[in-house]
Amino acid sequence: MNIHAISAIYRFEMARTRRTLMQSIVSPVISTSLYFVVFGAAIGSRIQHVEGVSYGAFIVPGLIMLSLLTQSISNASFGIYFPKFTGTIYELLSAPVSYLEIVLSYVGAAATKSMVLGLIILATAALFVPLRIEHPLWMILFLVLTAVTFSLFGFIIGIWADGFEKLQLIPLLIVTPLTFLGGSFYSIRMLPPLWQTVTLFNPVVYLISGFRWSFYGLADVSVGVSLGMTLAFLAASLAVVAWIFRTGYRLRT
Amino acid sequence: MLPIISVSGLSKTYASGFQALKNVDLEIRRGEIFALLGPNGAGKTTLIGTVCGLVRPSKGEIRVDGHDIAAEYRATRSLIGLVPQELTTDAFESPWGTVSFSRGLFGKPPNPAHIEKVLRELSLWDKKDSKIITLSGGMKRRLMIAKALSHEPRVLFLDEPSAGVDVELRRDMWQLVRSLREGGVTIILTTHYIEEAEEMADRIGVINKGEIVLVEDKAELMRKLGRKRLALQLQSPLERIPPLLSRYNLELAADGCEMIYTYDAKADRDGIAALLRDLAGSGIAFKDLHTTQSSLEDIFVDLVSDRQ
Repeated sequence: MNIHAISAIYRFEMARTRRTLMQSIVSPVISTSLYFVVFGAAIGSRIQHVEGVSYGAFIVPGLIMLSLLTQSISNASFGIYFPKFTGTIYELLSAPVSYLEIVLSYVGAAATKSMVLGLIILATAALFVPLRIEHPLWMILFLVLTAVTFSLFGFIIGIWADGFEKLQLIPLLIVTPLTFLGGSFYSIRMLPPLWQTVTLFNPVVYLISGFRWSFYGLADVSVGVSLGMTLAFLAASLAVVAWIFRTGYRLRT
Repeated sequence: MLPIISVSGLSKTYASGFQALKNVDLEIRRGEIFALLGPNGAGKTTLIGTVCGLVRPSKGEIRVDGHDIAAEYRATRSLIGLVPQELTTDAFESPWGTVSFSRGLFGKPPNPAHIEKVLRELSLWDKKDSKIITLSGGMKRRLMIAKALSHEPRVLFLDEPSAGVDVELRRDMWQLVRSLREGGVTIILTTHYIEEAEEMADRIGVINKGEIVLVEDKAELMRKLGRKRLALQLQSPLERIPPLLSRYNLELAADGCEMIYTYDAKADRDGIAALLRDLAGSGIAFKDLHTTQSSLEDIFVDLVSDRQ
């Protein structure tokens, strides 16, 4: 194992976060706080409680998940796409680094950044509403699994993209709508029966449901199913990454 | 002695169907400076990219210091430093940061003393904390070399190292390359500047249309293929070469004021003596003469044009 390479890439990626602190940390925190104020204050004044939890507190796991998904994808996709764009990827591809080490370092850095961000949002939310975390270990487990899975997904997007437009395409047109429609701001039990069924085809529902369960013991689907779906998505992402490196797709000619 | 790089039967066909390398066989000796010459699109960069792991070979085998580049990629890549043709750097990183990053990437533990030595040798020490985006083109080129040297490679590939570099910097770079060779580093360079190959290389390889046309010691190549020219400044201009002199390879230049005799460097000098006798016999007088040997550039152009 090339530990020095893993460490070098990881530290390089984390240093990029420090250089772009406003963009990486402060900006998502501000936008999430705005979501919190708008949804929490505007809708929260009409919906007092959801299944015994104040609306403001109810949406916190969804808000964290929204940031976790988008930031994991954004960090990882940008991390691997930018060297491709500038041409510095030659150094990575000519270095004595295995595929596993490349993934560990890039995905590890992206997941770390998004988890730090998730925890900052959690701390920010605690300033606005009373929070409780009934299953802290499960909360950490879902946080880590989701960050890693979507960082892997972002890594795939970064490899696939051959322009900045493609880099934004899937996060903007697929992931964000699925997150909004996946129960970030409501329980899917509040939907008509037909839409409840349709919503179950949205994989993000399972992530948000499991994460919210770790906070309040409330879930739209069972926690086992949530965990299973998260692991299935993780396995699918790993399989695609393995295929990319086996074939050299968009990396080696 | 085992060659440091051994390429055998290497072919590369891109997905587009373009065959960039055709059954290339090549051996690079330890500690030499090898210049790979060839016109644009000849396959120089593909060959380097394949040895370094950037390009997947379609067929053939490459060994670096006896290790197969696919099966033992860690061993081979850690021996190699690559300076690519394009100036590709992280604009917002510092020279110190990016060179340290390169060292780690190649599996070496941090060594600030070595990084300082490399940056000083390349006259980048004063700029070690500046953002790379603020460096000049020449500094960025030197930074690329510093990155490639960060992990103390035994083989250094320089792909067009002098592209866009001024004369002074080019000479500094040649000096650096020579000192690396003295330290035991094998250097493989591709260049469009024939002067560069002529100045530095121990051996020359010429590649054209994906095929190695020749590999030869530079001095031997110059001796074998080099032509000599004898230029005679005539006292009176000539309109044409007199029939008596038609057996010589002569041409007129400078409106007939100069007669040029081209001959094989390997041939004995009887041809010159005979020519001078025949000139006297023809009543042609000259006021000055000098000889020149054809440059590597002439040889290269001849070789490539012969195969067009």
